[in-house]
Amino acid sequence: MLKKVFMLTMIVAVMVILSAGITGQAIASDVRTISGAGATFPYPVYAKWADAYNKVTGIKLNYQSIGSGGGIKQIKAKTIDFGASDAPLKAEDLDKSGLLQFPMIMGGVVPVVNIPGISSGSLKMSNELLADIYLGKVKKWNDDKIKTQNPGLKLPDSAITVVHRSDGSGTTWIFTNYLSKVSPEWKRKVGNDKAVAWPAGVGGKGNEGVASYVKRIKGSIGYVEYAYALQNHLTYVKLHNRSGGFVVPSSKTFQAAAANADWTHAKGFYMVLTDQPGKDSWPITGASFILVYNNQHKPDVGKAVLKFFDWCYSNGSKMAEKLDYVPMPDNVANLVRATWHEKIKNPQGMPIW
Amino acid sequence: MDTSLKREAVFDKLFYHSTRLCAFAVLLVIIAIIISLIIGAWPALKKFGFGFLTSTAWNPVTEEFGALVSIYGTLLTSAIAMAIGVPVSFGIALFITELCPVWLKRPIGIAIELLAAIPSIIYGMWGLFILAPLFGDYVEPWFTNHFGDIPLLGALFSGPPMGIGVATAGIILAIMVIPFMAAVMRDMFEVVPAVLKESAYGIGATTWEVIYKVVLPYTKIGVVGGIMLGLGRALGETMAVTFVIGNANRINASLFMPGNTISSSLANQFTEAVGEIYTSSLIALGLILFLITFIVLALAKLLLYRLSKQEGSRT
Repeated sequence: MLKKVFMLTMIVAVMVILSAGITGQAIASDVRTISGAGATFPYPVYAKWADAYNKVTGIKLNYQSIGSGGGIKQIKAKTIDFGASDAPLKAEDLDKSGLLQFPMIMGGVVPVVNIPGISSGSLKMSNELLADIYLGKVKKWNDDKIKTQNPGLKLPDSAITVVHRSDGSGTTWIFTNYLSKVSPEWKRKVGNDKAVAWPAGVGGKGNEGVASYVKRIKGSIGYVEYAYALQNHLTYVKLHNRSGGFVVPSSKTFQAAAANADWTHAKGFYMVLTDQPGKDSWPITGASFILVYNNQHKPDVGKAVLKFFDWCYSNGSKMAEKLDYVPMPDNVANLVRATWHEKIKNPQGMPIW
Repeated sequence: MDTSLKREAVFDKLFYHSTRLCAFAVLLVIIAIIISLIIGAWPALKKFGFGFLTSTAWNPVTEEFGALVSIYGTLLTSAIAMAIGVPVSFGIALFITELCPVWLKRPIGIAIELLAAIPSIIYGMWGLFILAPLFGDYVEPWFTNHFGDIPLLGALFSGPPMGIGVATAGIILAIMVIPFMAAVMRDMFEVVPAVLKESAYGIGATTWEVIYKVVLPYTKIGVVGGIMLGLGRALGETMAVTFVIGNANRINASLFMPGNTISSSLANQFTEAVGEIYTSSLIALGLILFLITFIVLALAKLLLYRLSKQEGSRT
């Protein structure tokens, strides 16, 4: 009997302690951690920022790079505090779901090849040529179309293996957006989306999947986010841009493309940076976006999210550049802050920023 | 005395009901899975109808989807896996039980069990980084050179040697299912009474005759069961296949070209699928995989049933 009573008190005591711990944590978590999910393309820089921010403020960011589509799904299901997407949502979509979108970071997608004897930046490609290769129309590396653009290069008589992403991806969205702009045939036959019906080639899962396929298969061509091309020492090509020059991918040419963007007049910050004018512009540049709700049911959390991104705009540029991303210019950051003030409200209808 | 009997009766009943609950829970879960798959797949099935099974389209831009390429890839990779896996596991099991010196039995047995314990992602990585290069550099060119010019057969081995494709996926699957099938077969062969085998040897049968006429008839149900276990794993395997199959939505005559399976399509696209029809088409793929596995199991049961009926008539 005595034993039973003792056991019971012990159980009750443990439960009290546990429940106290849980509620205590719940109260603290409102401001101690913020959670987000989505795009994989900016994940390295978000992780870097989160780590630095945690050191300064003690607030933890839990970001899961499940892909842009996943990010949009999760924010619509309200399981996270913010979503992230590489493909911008149209203004109508935003209005319909009550979401606000703002650009956070920019970067480039680069075509990479594996041709024995060809080094980075030596192979030149015009826009139509890249589209024709991905359409499966140009099948060999010594095709006349490639030869005429690269008179000095020794190109092998080997088949071209096209490598694309097998999973849905914002990187694919940016890449197919570019191909749709430069090739009417691509636009008509394939189109622009996070996943498309590829006319040719093999699919690798993720940027790293494409990178390892390109490394593996001789005579292949793929497209990856710039950081992956650098890390894996892949051979990138020179692309022909809208203003008629051949450019190599670098943070400088990404910035040149980004400088053209007129964010002030972009409704809902809907902005696509592919195929921009300017002789230094890298044609496959893109921005990555953050999604939050206009009406914040938990204003404390909403404010913590905005504070984090505000901090990133002000202090994150150096870290982003180190990882070969292009940070948003100050004037765009200020525009975003003004939009926060204007649009994001607490349940009483007061601005939280 | 009475009370303790009563208490035991109650306890017995309780035991009976709780075990029954566990058994029914399994049934319930299966039914719930089927129902939720059908509900999820309904929009796609309504839109595409029977054409979903026969269409090779998979276009997220225009929202046109069909399952044929994935079904073809799933069945073809599993067929390759079985074609390689069944004879090899049969050989392994026979060697261990009938021919192997006693001191070697345990090491081989343990090695097979360890092989079965390796997670599939490891097989995938090994396949991509080790097997695919070897296959692409040595095996595929050899096949293309020797068989490429023969009509019909040559088409199976055409195309650039990438090392990534349906054939590689089938081989990885074979390696993954061999330990399961070999372990089941070994356990089956071990229960054959020594008396039967020894009398066969006694009247002058060769090893092969003993195996073919005594061991196999005695164990056929278990052997078929083991093969089905392997086939079930091959049909549903996801990560290892996704790594090496090349994930392209096309049907190719060549085994060296990339393809797609149902489970690799799901793994690749489910997280990013936006829009009702896209998601629903993926769930419909899942439903089809479920049905394929179900049909395979049903066929296996039918086969066993007919085998046992034949047995009855012969005696």
